[in-house]
Amino acid sequence: MNIAVCVKQIPDQSIPGKLDPGTHNLVRDGKLILDDSDSYGVEMALQLVDRAGGGEVILISMAPNGEVSGLRTALAMGADKAVLVSDPSFSGADALTTAKALAAAIRRNPFDLVMAATESTDGYTGTVPVQVAEILDIPSVSFAKKVDIEDGVLKVQRQTESGYDEVECPLPALVSVTAGVVEPRYPSFKGIMAAKSKPVDVVDAAGLGIGPISPNQEVISVRAAEERASGTVVVDEGEAYQQVVEFLETLKII
Amino acid sequence: MSLSKIWVFVEPSESGVSSTSLELISAASNFATTVEAFGYGLGSETAQPLGDHGASKLVLATGLDGILAGTAVAAVMAKRIPSDAPDAVFFGSTPEGRDAAARLSAKLDLPVLTNVVNLVEDGGSLTSEHAIFGGSQIVSAKFTSSGPGIFVIRAKSFAPESRGGAAAVVEEVNVGDIGSAGKAKIIQSHTEARSGPKLDEAPVVVSGGRGLGQQDSYQMIEELARLLNGAPGASRAIVDAGWVPYSYQVGQTGKTVKPSVYIACGISGATQHMVGMKGAKNIIAINKDADAPIFSIADLGIVGDVHKVLPKLIEAIKSKG
Ligand SMILES: Cc1cc2nc3c(=O)[nH]c(=O)nc-3n(C[C@H](O)[C@H](O)[C@H](O)COP(=O)(O)OP(=O)(O)OC[C@H]3O[C@@H](n4cnc5c(N)ncnc54)[C@H](O)[C@@H]3O)c2cc1C
Ligand SMILES: Nc1ncnc2c1ncn2[C@@H]1O[C@H](COP(=O)(O)O)[C@@H](O)[C@H]1O
Repeated sequence: MNIAVCVKQIPDQSIPGKLDPGTHNLVRDGKLILDDSDSYGVEMALQLVDRAGGGEVILISMAPNGEVSGLRTALAMGADKAVLVSDPSFSGADALTTAKALAAAIRRNPFDLVMAATESTDGYTGTVPVQVAEILDIPSVSFAKKVDIEDGVLKVQRQTESGYDEVECPLPALVSVTAGVVEPRYPSFKGIMAAKSKPVDVVDAAGLGIGPISPNQEVISVRAAEERASGTVVVDEGEAYQQVVEFLETLKII
Repeated sequence: MSLSKIWVFVEPSESGVSSTSLELISAASNFATTVEAFGYGLGSETAQPLGDHGASKLVLATGLDGILAGTAVAAVMAKRIPSDAPDAVFFGSTPEGRDAAARLSAKLDLPVLTNVVNLVEDGGSLTSEHAIFGGSQIVSAKFTSSGPGIFVIRAKSFAPESRGGAAAVVEEVNVGDIGSAGKAKIIQSHTEARSGPKLDEAPVVVSGGRGLGQQDSYQMIEELARLLNGAPGASRAIVDAGWVPYSYQVGQTGKTVKPSVYIACGISGATQHMVGMKGAKNIIAINKDADAPIFSIADLGIVGDVHKVLPKLIEAIKSKG
């Protein structure tokens, strides 16, 4: 069982984001880290390969400047190797271009399953995984909250607006997971040391056979949104509930 | 109206056609002379509201036989685009809507803009607006490549508007064999029971977050919601923890709500939560941390412990009868 896991490396979300004033692209300088959303896919893949009794977990990432810090974190969790797509021409790539690059990178190794997160923390288009599946011509199951493989069949509980669906699908397939699917492990010290020597295959657009890309969309302007004025803040000394009661009364809710 | 045709992906709900679908049909009718709906699982009675909101036609995918709906409808759309080119295609930011948009985009090499919160017509094409950095900034974007652009639009971005149109003409299309994409199949659907008003339509929403400390405390949220004729909601933290089902989730990946009153209990106010509830007319927040971001958008903020404030509040409302 070989599983390719798409992992995005993103700016540290505790630092407020910025847009480049010229290109309006998200500024992605500084160290990138593993997107939390993708740590669930990595964990799920490690568990599935373990249960299958063998195989590899191969990380797939596209990031500028040959960035590998986030990949090292996932390798330290236990992934076997990584493919990194890095090419200046992909900076500011839209979702479909990203999907094309990821799909080409996934094809570099044999795989039974592709994993991704339902949406990334910094891009949150939520379309990249299923676009990857279409390009690879495989079935996809998005919004997975539970994933199993039995006798070569993928079994997923997929969140729906009103509950969940049990979905089955032959391999190869792609599954995009939600955050509740598993509890990601912390890398051990041994894992961190081992990660340093695990192979990272770095490829550019030409290496993937992807020609020059032309942008499909552009940002025209950025403006500040209307601010919502903050109201009254009361520290509870035991009676603050009355303020809520009064507020609900003025609104004629009670 | 200088666009000639827009297609809209429409979805069923317990009450017929989903409210988001009608919002998108209304939005499309503002920009294009012809609006056509593409959907699945809809009864013939939905032709009336769809037509009333501006759709002349409903292309209904049938014979799905367990194929995921977004995938199936995308296949139906993809077959027709070359001959029947619309100027744009609208999808809701729902699980099926995103699946469909992604499949269609990759199938026909069409670009997609997601998380759209508003659209503006500009010289015969559409410019989309997106709220970023927790809704503090608005980015305007447009497609530069040719071919119909795909817009994935957040719920409650447009108001549904009845236009008095005649019922949409229904055309059924059997999905048939759609290749490998159709191999993922629903074996069984599970509906999680909910009582009271629908989360995205309720006039009052009471939501709980990780600050509740434990699953049992969610009972307070349900009780308060019931007393106020509202719906209980949740942050993603407690959905992921398994305390409540996903259908309770408010935010980026969950429901967008615009109630008259939103009461956030033990919720920090992460940007992804706020995009789903910032549109509430009035916001009340109860959080023990005076620096919690939720207070920056609350009309009334109570710095306090939910376990102390909520029981008293519930008692006070009960005693008012
Ligand atoms: C791509 C992506 C999509 C996401 N989509 C969503 C989404 O749709 N919806 C969503 O909600 N989140 C979403 N999130 C997650 C979001 O970033 C936050 O992690 C989440 O909203 C936090 O939930 P919370 O406020 O309940 O928990 P926390 O952030 O842990 O906050 C708990 C709060 O409770 C307070 N508290 C603790 N004890 C008490 C007490 N006794 N009394 C009162 N207050 C107390 C604390 O001060 C704290 O502010 C998404 C994240 C990503 C990356
Ligand atoms: N640049 C990237 N590198 C690796 N994986 C990515 C990249 N962009 C998106 N993905 C995958 O697709 C998921 C959804 O991303 P998005 O469509 O941006 O919300 C992410 O969580 C990743 O699993």
